[in-house]
Amino acid sequence: MSDLFKGYKGEALAALKKFNVRVWSEAQIKTTRGNFEGIILPRSENDDERHIVLKLITGYNIGITVETITGMKEEGYKEAHYKIPEKDFPYSPEKPNVKLFGTGGTIASRLDYRTGAVIPAFSPGELYGAVPELADICNLTTEKLFAVFSENMGPQQYTTLAKAIGKEIENGIDGVVIGHGTDTMHHTAAALSYMIQNPPVPIVVVGSQRSSDRPSSDAALNLMHACKTAAESDIAEVLVCMFGPTSDKYGLLHRGTRVRKMHSSYRSTFRTIGDIPLATVDRQEIKLIKQDYNLRRKDKKAKITPVFEERVALVYYYPNMQPDIIDSLVANGYKGIVIAGTGLGHVNKPVYPAIERATKAGVAIYMTVQTLWGYVHMFVYDTGRDLMAKGIIPSENLLPEVAYVKLGWALGQTADLEKVKELMLTPVNGDITEREPYDGYLIFQGGTPEIKEFLKSNLR
Amino acid sequence: MLMKNFDAKENYIATREAIGYVSRNKSNESVYEKLGFKSGLEIHQQLHTDKKLFCRCPVGLYRDGDDYDAELIRHMRPTLSELGEYDGTALMEFRTKKNIYYRIKDESACTYDIDDTPPFPINKNALDIAIEVGLLLGASIVGELHITRKQYLDGSIPAGFQRTAIVGVGGEIPISNKKIGIIQLSIEEDSCREVSDIGHDRVYTTDRLGTPLIESVTQPHMTTPDEVAEAAHYLRFLVRSTGKMRTGIGAAREDVNVSITGGTRVEIKGVAHIRWIPELTHIEAFRQKALLIISDILKKKYKSADNWAISSTPIDTASLKITGGPLALIRAQKYNVTAVNLPGFQGILSHFTQPGKTFGNELSDRLKVIACLEKPNHVHSEQFTVEDNAPVISDEHWKVIRRELKSKDGDAQMLIWGDERDTKTALETIEERCRMAFDGVPNETRKALTNGTTLFERVLPGADRMYPDTDSAPIPIEEEQIGKIREILPVSVENRLEQLKQWSIPTDTYRFILKKNLVWLIENIISDYDLPPKFIGTFFGHTLRFVERTVTPSAEFNYYAIYGLFKFIHNAGLHHNISSLMMPELYAHPKMVFDSILDVVGYKKRSKSDILKHVPDLRKKFAEIGITKTAPAEINWIMGHLRKIAIGNVSLKELSDAVAGEVKS
Repeated sequence: MSDLFKGYKGEALAALKKFNVRVWSEAQIKTTRGNFEGIILPRSENDDERHIVLKLITGYNIGITVETITGMKEEGYKEAHYKIPEKDFPYSPEKPNVKLFGTGGTIASRLDYRTGAVIPAFSPGELYGAVPELADICNLTTEKLFAVFSENMGPQQYTTLAKAIGKEIENGIDGVVIGHGTDTMHHTAAALSYMIQNPPVPIVVVGSQRSSDRPSSDAALNLMHACKTAAESDIAEVLVCMFGPTSDKYGLLHRGTRVRKMHSSYRSTFRTIGDIPLATVDRQEIKLIKQDYNLRRKDKKAKITPVFEERVALVYYYPNMQPDIIDSLVANGYKGIVIAGTGLGHVNKPVYPAIERATKAGVAIYMTVQTLWGYVHMFVYDTGRDLMAKGIIPSENLLPEVAYVKLGWALGQTADLEKVKELMLTPVNGDITEREPYDGYLIFQGGTPEIKEFLKSNLR
Repeated sequence: MLMKNFDAKENYIATREAIGYVSRNKSNESVYEKLGFKSGLEIHQQLHTDKKLFCRCPVGLYRDGDDYDAELIRHMRPTLSELGEYDGTALMEFRTKKNIYYRIKDESACTYDIDDTPPFPINKNALDIAIEVGLLLGASIVGELHITRKQYLDGSIPAGFQRTAIVGVGGEIPISNKKIGIIQLSIEEDSCREVSDIGHDRVYTTDRLGTPLIESVTQPHMTTPDEVAEAAHYLRFLVRSTGKMRTGIGAAREDVNVSITGGTRVEIKGVAHIRWIPELTHIEAFRQKALLIISDILKKKYKSADNWAISSTPIDTASLKITGGPLALIRAQKYNVTAVNLPGFQGILSHFTQPGKTFGNELSDRLKVIACLEKPNHVHSEQFTVEDNAPVISDEHWKVIRRELKSKDGDAQMLIWGDERDTKTALETIEERCRMAFDGVPNETRKALTNGTTLFERVLPGADRMYPDTDSAPIPIEEEQIGKIREILPVSVENRLEQLKQWSIPTDTYRFILKKNLVWLIENIISDYDLPPKFIGTFFGHTLRFVERTVTPSAEFNYYAIYGLFKFIHNAGLHHNISSLMMPELYAHPKMVFDSILDVVGYKKRSKSDILKHVPDLRKKFAEIGITKTAPAEINWIMGHLRKIAIGNVSLKELSDAVAGEVKS
C-alpha cells in the first residue's frame, strides 16, 4: 500500500489517501490558489510533508501546498520507468579488452526519486547507449562492486577492489578502469597504488565533476579518455584520469600517489602536487609528459597486498591545538597518526608531551605538511628537531592523505615500527620524489598582468 | 534523354498563386479564418534586479563580443529526460557536433556561469517580482517552486540546460475583442548572447547569461496576426506596470507559435520587436499552407515517403571533363563533390514557401544548422536567385550530373561539397527533410528575419527535455509571502474601472477606454511621464476618439504610438497640451517622425514671458474693437489670440491666470 504513495508522509500522505489519489496518477487538483492539472510524482524523502509534487503537461514540476487543497481527482495513471536505452556492447577481436569496475559516483547516473539526488546506473549496455564512442576504443566488460558515494569508500572497499583487479590481471586483461566518485578518488588511487604494485597494465581511476545527466557533463569524455588510456597506454600504473582544463580539451593522467582534488566543483579539480602529470589524453592520442614510469608488460603478474590497518588517523594541526587530541587517539587504540603540520612540519609546544606519550605507547607518528607543496624539513628550526627527538618521523614530500593511506597499508602488514618506517619511506610510484621540478609548484595568481594575458590567449 | 528546360522562377510564381498567397496589406480576417490561423505567445522579459538569478554576478554589464578576459570550449551531449526519453532536438543537435566557445568577462560572469559551481540560492527579489506578475495575470500561484532543467544543446547555456521554474499556471488577459488564456508563468535564467556561428564553431559571450527573466506563455487563442501583436503589447505593458522590468535592447523578447489547419505548431524565436509579429505570423501561415500543398503533390506521386529515397554519387569533375566554371573552383578547394538525385522533386525545390524563398531553402537552412554545411557549399537544380555567392552551375554541367545520377524526367538534383563527415550528415539531412515533406509541416523552431521570413533553427523541443534540478531543493511559496506581494500590486485588470474613477476621468470616456483596452497604456504614460491622470484620460476618451472618427490613417495605426508621442513630448521638454494638436497628424501619418509633426502643427518654442509680451498690444486692440467690455470677455479674447503660440510651451490655465492678472490690474 505504501508503494502507491512513494515518499509521501504526514499531511501530504493523508491528503492523497483522503482523496484516493495515487503517485503516477493524472490528477486534477482544486486549491484556494486556483486549479492545477498534472501527474503526481513521488516525493523526495528529505523534503517537507506539506507539499505534493505535480508534473505539468509542459514537463515542468511544481509543488502544491496541502493546506490549500480543496479537492483532488484521479483522471488516469501513467507510471514512468526511467531506463537508459540498453544496446549490446559490440565485440571486436582486434580491440583491447578493458574491465570497468563500478564503485558508485556520477560517471553514469540517474535520478533517484527517493532522495531527489542522482544515483549511479551502470552496465555495458547502458554505457554503450549513453557513450557509443566507447566501442571504437575497446571491448568493455563491467562489474559493479559497490554502489557507494565516494565519501563512503574505505579500507574494506580498497581491499575488495585490489583483489578484484588482481584477479583481472591474472586473467590477462589489457587495462582496468574504475568508476569512482571524485571526493575521495585520490585516497582510493593511493590505496590501490600500494596494494597493487608493479602491475603489467594501466589501472585508471575516473569520475566526473558534473553528473552525466546533464548535457555539459564531463562524464562521457572522462570515460572515453580513461578507456583509451586503459586500452592503449603503456603506463602500467595506478592513474587518475580527469579533465586538464575546464574546457572539453584533454584529460590529464595523474599518478595515483601524487594527485589531489583541489576545487569543490570545478571540472579541472584534480592536480598533480609537487610534480608534473604523466601524460595528457584526448580522443586522438596519449601524449607523454614524463618519461619515467612503469612500463606495460605481457605477463599477468602484480604484487597484491590487500591489507589495511583501520586505526590510523590524519590530524590537521591548528594553532592552540590541545594535547588531548593526540591523547584521546592513543587512548582509543590508534596505531598510527599522520600530522599535517604547519610550514616545514611543525606543531606547538603544548602538544609535545602528548606526542612523547604516544610514541612511548608504540604509536607510529609521521609528519607531513599542510602547505601540500614542498618537503617536510624538520632540521631547519629547533621545533622540528625537538619533535623528531620525541619520535615524530618526517615523511619527505608524501601528501598528507597519501601518508595516511600508506601508514594504514604499512601497519596492516606489520606492527614492527622499524619495518613500518622502512615501508613508509621507501618511494612507491613517485609518492616520495628525490627532487621537486621547478614547474611542480604552479598556482598562478589571477589578476596579475601576465596571467591575464595568458588566460586571454589560452582556453581555460 | 533530352529534358525540357524547366523554368524555376516561373514555377515559383505559379505555385505562389496556386496556394493563394496574398500579402498582409491585402489580407482581411476571412483570409486567416480560411487558413485556420492560430497563434500563441511566449513573452520573455528581464527583471530589474541587481544580481543574477542563481549567482551573485551583477546584471546588465554588456560588452562587445571581442572584449573578454578568458575563453573556454564545451561540447553538448543529449541526456535522458526524467521519464527516460531522449529529446528530439537534443539528438539533432548532437549530430551537428559543434565546438561551443564561451567568452567570459570577469565583471559579469563567475564559475557558476560556466557550470563549474552549483547554483546559489535563488534571487529572492526576482522571485517576488515573478509572483507579482503571476498575480497580475490571474495565475494560480504554485505552492512550491521546483527548479527544473530545460535542456538546450545549442550551447546557449554552458550547463546545457536552463534553470527554470513555474511560478503560476492559468490566468487570462483581455484584448479588444476576446480573452486570451495564459498557460503558465515561469522564472528562468537568461541565455548567452551569440557572437558568431560559422561551420563547426559557435561563439557565445556570457554577460547576459543568468539574468533573471520571466516567461509568460499564452494559449493559442489569437486568430489573426494583428491580435497576436495586440496581445503582445498588452502583456508587455502589463508586466511593465510593476515598474520592475529591465528595459533596453534585448530586455524583452517574444517567441511566437503559429499553426494553421492541418499544419503544425511552429515556434518563431527571438522576435525583438512586437511590430514584426504580424508580418512574421502572416508569412508563416502561408509557409505552412505551401508545405501542405507540397505534401499533397508528393503523396499523389508516391503515396508515402516509404516509397521514396534519394540516391547519390561522387562526382569526379576531372574525368567527367567538367572544365571551367564553379565546379573547377570547388575541385581546387580539394573538396569531394557529391551529386544527389531527388526523385520527382522537380517543381518542389522551386515551390513557393515564403516571399523570395522556396522549398530549396528548407533544405539549405537545415544543411547549415545540422550538417554545418555553409553556403555556398550546396546548390540545387532549381536555384533561380543568386544568393550568398552561390556558384551557378550551367545547364550543360547539370546535364552531365543527371546522366551520372541516372536521373529521370521530373527529378531534381543537388550538389554538395565539404568535409567528408559533413557530407554524410548532409545526405541524411536532405533525405530526412524531403521525407518530412510528405507529412506536411515539421515541428520546428525558426529564427525571425527582419523582412518577415524565417529560417530553420532547430527541431521543436518537447516536454522530454525537462529534468528536475538535482542541485536545488524545492522552495515553498507561503500564503504570507503572496499576501505581502498582493498588497503592492499595481492596478489589476478587474479593478480598472475603479481606477478610472479614482483618476477623475470623465465618465463619458469609460466606454471607449475600456472597449479599446487602453487602461494599461494610460497608466504607463501617467507613471512614466508624471502626467495628470485626468488630462491623459480625457485625451484618450475625447481627443483620440474624435480623431478616430474623423481622420483616415495613411498606414496602420497602433495605439502604442501614443506612448511614443508622450515620450517624445517629455524628452523634448514640451508642455503636454501640444498632444491634442499633434494627435490628428500622428493618426493620419503613423510613419511620420515626431519632429516633422511638430513642424506641421506650426509649433515654435517660446517662454511664458515672451508670450505675455503680446498682452499690452492685444489689450489696446480689444479696447478698439471689443463689444462686451467685461474683464472675462477681454481675457477670453486675448487667450483666443495667444492659444496658438502658447500650446506646447505653457499650461493654458496658467497663462489665462497671468492674463487675468494684467487685465484686472
